[in-house]
Amino acid sequence: MDKSLAPLPDADFGRPQARHLLRRTCFGATDWEVDQLVGLGTLGAVDRILAQLDAPDDWPDPDVDPDIIAPPTPEQRAMYVKARQDNDEQSLESLRRLQLIARQNDQQMIESMRRWQLRRFAGSTTPLRENLVLLWHDHFATRHRDIRDAFLLYQQNQLFRQHAADFAALARAIVHDPAMLRFLNNDRNVKRKPNENLARELMELFTLGEGNYTERDIREGARALTGYHVRDNDFVFEQRDHDDGRKTILGQTADFDGDSFVKLLLEQQACPRFVAGKIYKHFAFASDAPASRVVVERLARLIRQHQYDLRPVLRIFFAGRHFYDSDVVGRQFKSPVALVAGTIRSLDLPPRDVELLTNGLRLMGQVLFDPPSVAGWDGGPMWINTSTLFVRQNTAIYLVTGKYPSGDKPKLDQSDFDLTLSPALAEADSSAVSSNSSAIVDHYVNLLLGEHIPTARRAPLVTFLDKAGTQSQDLVQLLLLITAMPEYQLC
Amino acid sequence: MLDSSLPYTRRQFLNRSLVLISTIGTAPAFLSRSSLLLAAPAPASALAAGNVPGKDEGRILVVVQLSGGNDGLNTVIPCGFPAYYKLRPGIAVPEKQVLMLDDSSGGGIGIHPNMTALFEMIGNKRAAIIQGVGYPNPNHSHFASMDIWHSGVNLDEDQPVRAPHGTGWIGRALDSSPLKSDVCMDCIAIGSEAPPATRGRIVQPVAFERSDMFRWAGDSDEQLDAIYEQLQNEPADLAPSDSAAAFVFRTAMDAQVASDKVRKAVGRKNETTLPRSDLGRQLAAVANMIRAELPTRVYYVAMGGFDTHANQTGRQPNLLRDFSEAMAAFYRELDATGNGSRVVSVAFSEFGRRAAQNASQGTDHGEAGPVFIFGDHLALDITSGGGCGLIGQHPALDKLNDGNLAYQTDFRSVYSELLTNWMQLDAKAALGRAYPPLKLIRD
Repeated sequence: MDKSLAPLPDADFGRPQARHLLRRTCFGATDWEVDQLVGLGTLGAVDRILAQLDAPDDWPDPDVDPDIIAPPTPEQRAMYVKARQDNDEQSLESLRRLQLIARQNDQQMIESMRRWQLRRFAGSTTPLRENLVLLWHDHFATRHRDIRDAFLLYQQNQLFRQHAADFAALARAIVHDPAMLRFLNNDRNVKRKPNENLARELMELFTLGEGNYTERDIREGARALTGYHVRDNDFVFEQRDHDDGRKTILGQTADFDGDSFVKLLLEQQACPRFVAGKIYKHFAFASDAPASRVVVERLARLIRQHQYDLRPVLRIFFAGRHFYDSDVVGRQFKSPVALVAGTIRSLDLPPRDVELLTNGLRLMGQVLFDPPSVAGWDGGPMWINTSTLFVRQNTAIYLVTGKYPSGDKPKLDQSDFDLTLSPALAEADSSAVSSNSSAIVDHYVNLLLGEHIPTARRAPLVTFLDKAGTQSQDLVQLLLLITAMPEYQLC
Repeated sequence: MLDSSLPYTRRQFLNRSLVLISTIGTAPAFLSRSSLLLAAPAPASALAAGNVPGKDEGRILVVVQLSGGNDGLNTVIPCGFPAYYKLRPGIAVPEKQVLMLDDSSGGGIGIHPNMTALFEMIGNKRAAIIQGVGYPNPNHSHFASMDIWHSGVNLDEDQPVRAPHGTGWIGRALDSSPLKSDVCMDCIAIGSEAPPATRGRIVQPVAFERSDMFRWAGDSDEQLDAIYEQLQNEPADLAPSDSAAAFVFRTAMDAQVASDKVRKAVGRKNETTLPRSDLGRQLAAVANMIRAELPTRVYYVAMGGFDTHANQTGRQPNLLRDFSEAMAAFYRELDATGNGSRVVSVAFSEFGRRAAQNASQGTDHGEAGPVFIFGDHLALDITSGGGCGLIGQHPALDKLNDGNLAYQTDFRSVYSELLTNWMQLDAKAALGRAYPPLKLIRD
């Protein structure tokens, strides 16, 4: 594997490379978008994509209510206390009912945020920024199930977007983020009884990685974070709960608070390396090959050099020869989000029923705003098992045809296909290639799987088209076959 | 995990399995098949573990989840205690209707009158009820408490084991077993989503809501399906470094085999008639899969609707009837196919409900509740009252925990018993620490 980060020569940057770049950074792209990049040369193409990070927000906000979960009013509190004293079942009941309604509304709000974010992944004009939002959601994983306040997660989601390419800003902000403070119980971290949860995960999962701190550092770090609390939707610093004494963390003694604790973490050698590993895994793949380790080490040096501004780091990474090595291309497992957004983007499909798609994500194991734990999603091969594989294939069928194969209607016949599906298909249908089976197969295999797929793997598809014909419905069936190929789970 | 054995096609695989089955004779198919096909031979001790004199081999565990928080106090009813009627003036079950299990002096405990089928099974020593099951620092949220029952970990405990990260007690127990199904079918869950309990780091359950959905949906077109199948075969010239592709091809093949096996098994007609309730249909499918000797050791099913905040008496009794009748019919079907003694079943809910009723003739989220256990291997001599089918004491109504029934048996002790003494799996590996097993399974 080529471990060089020197830019790929422009002469070597053709369609396959542009397609790979767009797939990994922007979930996927049509041929038209690929062609836009090809003439720009490697760094020109990378710069075009990175420009997204400074583009204005392109997407309307979701319909959110800051008061979806509001603290009880003084009147409600008094009513509750009185009802408890009087054993007044009727009043307690009505209070419980109010709480239940609030919970249901909150549930609806988080579900609409899931649809909103998935639409955005699939349709945003700044998909790299959204891809980074996904990376940070996975990295600073926070669960709605535990905090049960959708608005806090909306705020956190905006935070990830705002600082998408600035890790230092993210790390500083996360200890002020109400969703995270609630999720890791820091709102219960007080001087007289420190809670270590946030301090531990801050070091283990967010900045340094295991083995780069001691249990004592956790205890002392927890003291630094005391009093970092939440009031309704906002961060609040509770001076009287804060321990302002001296603490010794990672060998440094000072009267640390949360902010200076984070600053200390960012200064550690382990931190850039840890962040580099996350970025490498997200955009390249999970690999502990020697070449991968060298590249991660180089990325870490760049991160340190640029003080956690990720733009120059990503520029060198995405343009570097390593990124285009044949052992990197097609070796990443697509996350469910990447699978859905990538299919929609490559084929330029209509958005379909997004509720059905978010349900599909759930069946594939990626519920947005509800990762399995603070450690995020396992990713990689863990996405794929005998159950999720069929869901992934059948979700692609739904995306391509617009018809969900429900149990009541298992048979897919031609009348089920949505033939007005996409300009990409219409173009191929009417273009010069349309009479030549192998040209059509190449067109779609390259678009959906990549130029690296060998001829032998394309042959059964050519045989199919030779027999079936090249009408629209035949091309739809061809797409079903391609999206069902094991290679489609990779990119 | 990315290791892939020799490439094989779906048909070759099916043929090979058939050969093995036919040479094995009477040994349960999944044990022999797994041990023969495992890349490295399983340790002799592990193989021997499934083979205990006097017990049937090929042991199966069926887990029934009663979702929503079943009201244990109107399921296992302390009708001999006046406090019960004081707590629930509007929804209590009259004493004369209760199916009495323990009417010893100072007792007076029975089950809901709609559970005659369960009552009969208890009489036949084929079912029992563990009373007052729960855990310390109970959580009253459906999600959170269900997570605790699935993961076996309560982070609110004084010294919790490490956060389980999406895995559960069954998945981790199967992970630790040297006997794994060669086609990743160790556990089958009926439901659209794999329950966290069944997820392991290695073992992943097969999950489907309906077996006819557990397949590539394009397969109804014969021509298309033929090409599809061809495309699933791993190419011989796959780059050795391409472990990702090898893994997906291998999983695709497993999925094909599992899909074929499951759909063939479930498509068959049952020997007896099972109820057409939600649970009845699921158990009918499970019975068929057991009969077809799938290489599956744990099945997971669920029925919902137990969250009875209002007008409980209009809903819970029907659910209890459905549950009780489905379980009885399930064992009748298992008996008819000669599998009755291979299967132990356990039924739980994420919490019980508050002891006192609320103002809407319902009950709110509570704490301890009963757990049901079914099978031929129950050690009922240790139950209170000499085999009345009740294990442990009914939670005391005069010692409520802020209005809730207090637990006396940790649910992980139930898991520990099922894993250790029924499934012969490593309970400590599954639960993160040793919980004393209840003595439920007979030697």
